[in-house]
Amino acid sequence: MSKINVLMFGWEFPPFKSGGLGTACYDLCKGLSKNNTNVTFVMPFAPEGATAKFVKLVGAHEKIKHLRLRTIKSPLTPYLTSKEYEHYYQHTQSKNKHLYGQNVFDEVARYTAAAAQIAKEETHDIIHCHDWMTYQAGIIARKTSKKPLVVHLHATEFDRTANNPDPRISHIEWLGLKEADTIITNSQFSKNNIIKHYNIPADKINVVHWGIDNEPLPQHPSIPLKEHKTVLFLGRITIQKGPDYFVEVAKRVLDYEPSARFIIAGDGDMLPRILHRTAELGIADKVVFTGMLKGADVHHAFQTANIYVMPSVSEPFGLVALESMKNGTPIIISKQSGASEVITHALKVDFWDVNEMTNKIVSVLRHTALREELTHNTLREIQKFNLEEPARKIKEVYQHPYRGKH
Amino acid sequence: MTNICLYFQVHQPFRLRKYTLFEIGKHADYFDQKKNQEVMQKVAKKCYIPANRIVSELIHRHEDFKASYSISGTALEQFKQYAPEVLESFKELAETGSIEFLNETSHHSLSFLHDKEEFREQVRQHHKTIKQEFGQKPTVFRNTELIYNNELAKEAENMGYKAVLAEGWDGALGWRSPNYIYQPAGCKNIKLLLKNYRLSDDIAFRFSNKHWSGWPLTAEKYANWLAPILGDTINLFMDYETFGEHQWSDTGIFNFLKHLPAALKQHNISFHTPSELAKVAPKETLDIPNTISWADIERDTTAWLGNKMQQAAAKKVYELKKNISKKQLDTWRKLTTSDHFYYMCTKWFNDGDVHKYFNPYDTPYDAFITYMNILQDFEMQLKKQQGVFSKFTKLLRPIEVNA
Repeated sequence: MSKINVLMFGWEFPPFKSGGLGTACYDLCKGLSKNNTNVTFVMPFAPEGATAKFVKLVGAHEKIKHLRLRTIKSPLTPYLTSKEYEHYYQHTQSKNKHLYGQNVFDEVARYTAAAAQIAKEETHDIIHCHDWMTYQAGIIARKTSKKPLVVHLHATEFDRTANNPDPRISHIEWLGLKEADTIITNSQFSKNNIIKHYNIPADKINVVHWGIDNEPLPQHPSIPLKEHKTVLFLGRITIQKGPDYFVEVAKRVLDYEPSARFIIAGDGDMLPRILHRTAELGIADKVVFTGMLKGADVHHAFQTANIYVMPSVSEPFGLVALESMKNGTPIIISKQSGASEVITHALKVDFWDVNEMTNKIVSVLRHTALREELTHNTLREIQKFNLEEPARKIKEVYQHPYRGKH
Repeated sequence: MTNICLYFQVHQPFRLRKYTLFEIGKHADYFDQKKNQEVMQKVAKKCYIPANRIVSELIHRHEDFKASYSISGTALEQFKQYAPEVLESFKELAETGSIEFLNETSHHSLSFLHDKEEFREQVRQHHKTIKQEFGQKPTVFRNTELIYNNELAKEAENMGYKAVLAEGWDGALGWRSPNYIYQPAGCKNIKLLLKNYRLSDDIAFRFSNKHWSGWPLTAEKYANWLAPILGDTINLFMDYETFGEHQWSDTGIFNFLKHLPAALKQHNISFHTPSELAKVAPKETLDIPNTISWADIERDTTAWLGNKMQQAAAKKVYELKKNISKKQLDTWRKLTTSDHFYYMCTKWFNDGDVHKYFNPYDTPYDAFITYMNILQDFEMQLKKQQGVFSKFTKLLRPIEVNA
C-alpha cells in the first residue's frame, strides 16, 4: 500500500498543552507513523511564551518518524475564548505583537492565510484539521489543493459552553462540517450531538473512539495523601467540565465522610467562582487547588487520589478518564461522555445527579473492597486501549474520504 | 437402557430497591416490591403456569411420568404475595402423587459456606414450609446452586436425608459416569445423585441455539440419544425457568416437554424420582473434598464469592447475625439469598453475557453499593435496638437497688 501524505492542522504538542487535544494530536501522529503515514503537522506557536523549552518541543516530535512539524507564529490555543485573547493581546510584551490580529477572529483569519501558503508548499493527499480554529485553514487548503478534507471534531462550541454557543464560532463549526468531505468524532455521543446541533447527515460522520499509549508511567514512591480519603477533579475549570457540580458533591460527601479531602487540579475561567463557592459552603479547608498540572505531576495527582471524578456536562470523549485508569485510580464519569460508551469498569452517573455522585463516592471511600475491585478491573481494562486502533481507523477514513458524501 | 430423573429448580429472590446513602438510618424498606411483583407475574405467565399445565397433562396421560421440584422459600413466599394461582397449581401437582419436592435452604442462601448453624436452621425452616404447603416430608436434599462437597453430604446425612444432589462435573468425577448412584465419601446412609450436565444443558442452554449441531432438538431425537446410555439413571437437573423464560415459548420448548414421555416410551425409558433412586445400591464411594457447584464453566463458587466485593459483603452480612432479634430474622435471611452476591460478579461483566441478563443492576459495583448501604442501615437498626434494650436495663437497675 502506498504511503498517504497528510497535511494536518493541529494543536500543541507536549509539554506545551493545556488539555486533552494536545495529547490527542500527539498520540494520533504517533499512531499514524506506525501505520505507514506521513504527517506534516501545522500548529500555531508563540515562541515568546516558551523559548527556553523550544528544544524540548522539537524533541517531542522528533521521537515520531514520518512527522514534519511546521509552526505558524500565533498565540492561538484551542480552548482560547475571545475574551481571553483580548486579555492576552493587551498584556503581552511580545515583540511580535504587531503581527497578531487584534481579536481572536482576526487572528484565526491570519492563521488561515498562513495555512493557505503552507498548503501550496507541502505535497499532500489529504487534509485533516482539528476543531474550529483550524476549519477555515482546512477549507482554504482544500480549495488550493483540491484534496479531500477530513474535519475532526473533538468538542463543539455547544460542549464547551454548556449550550450557550458564541454564534460566530458555531457558524465556523457549521461551515467546517458542511465543507468537509468526511467527519470524525470521538464518540457516538458526540456524533449524535453534531447531528442534532448542525443537521449533518449521519453517514458522513465516522466515530473513532480514543485510546491511550501503553508506555509505563512514572510511579511516585511516596504518596503522602493516600491515607486520607482523597477525591480528585482534574481538568479545565470551565463550565463544560462540571467543576461546580464537583464542589456541591464535595459538600455532601463531607456531611457523611468528614475525613474526606478534595483536590481540584486545573485552571480556567470558572476558577474564581469555584473558589468562592468552596468558601461559601464552608469547606475551603478540605479542598486543595493545585492549579494546572503538567507531566509527572498529573500522574502524581491520580496516584494520590482514591477516586477520580469527571462530572462533565458534555464530554465528546474524556481522555483524562483513561489517564486515571492507567494510573490505577477508579473513576466516576458522567454518562454525558464518550468515554462512558467504551469503559465498562467505571461508576457512571448523570452529571446533574449530585446525590447519586455522593452515594457512589462515599461508598468508594467507605469500602476497601469496592476500591480494590475497581482498581483491579480498571488496570485490566485499560490494557484494551491503545493508540494503534484509533490510528488504523483514521487511516481507513483517509482511504475512503468520500464515503457517505451526498 | 436406563431411566431418567427430572428435577426442576424454582427460585425467585427478593430483589433490593435502589437504596442510597441518604436513606441509611431513615427506613428499613429494602425490597423492591414492584420489581419483584413484576418479575414474578411475568415468569408465572411465561413459565410456571403453562409448564405446570403441561406437567399436569403428562401425569394424567402417562402413568409412569414423574418429576421433582425444589422450590425455594423465597419463591414460595412470592407466589403467595404475587401469584397465588401458581402455588395452587403446584399444590394440585403435589396431590397427583407423581411429584416429589426436595429440600433446600429456605432463603436460597450460601449459609453452608458461612455459618453451619444458620444453614441447619434454614434447611429446617424449608422442610417445615414444604410440609405445610404440599403435605410432603422431603427426604432428598439439594443445596443452593448445587454447591457440594463431602462435608455437605455429611451434614445432610446427619440431618436424616436419604440422598443429596450434585453437579456431575468431570473435574470431580474423573473417568466415572454421572449415570450411577454413588455414596459420598465418609457417609453410610446417604446417596449421591449426579447431574448429567451435557444432556441437561442440551435442553437448558442449547435448545434454541441454531449454531448447535443438535438443533433443532425434538423429543424423538433426544430420546434416541438417551436410549443407548448405560447406567442407573440419567439425571436431568435444570432451572424450571428453562421452560418459557430462558428458552422462550416460540423455540418449541413446551412442545419438546409435551412429547418427551411418549418419545422415551418408544425406547422403554421410564421416570424415577430422587427418593426412589436413593434406594438403589451405590456403585462406589465418591470423594469430593473441594466445593463444586453447577455454575459457569468453572463449576466453583466464584460466581457468588469470587471477588473482593462479594467476599466483603458476605462476611459482613453473616457477622450481623449475632445481635439479631426474632423480628428482624426474616429480613436478614432475605439478605442472605445468593442472588445478591451473584449480581456483584465481575467475572463475566466484560462480555456482558448470561450474568447480565439476570441482573437488575447496571453494574456489579452498583449491586455492591446498594447492598452495603442496606447492611449499614440494618446494622444501625440492630444497634438502636440494643440501645433501647440497654436503656431499659439501666432504668431497671436503680429500682433493684432501692428494693
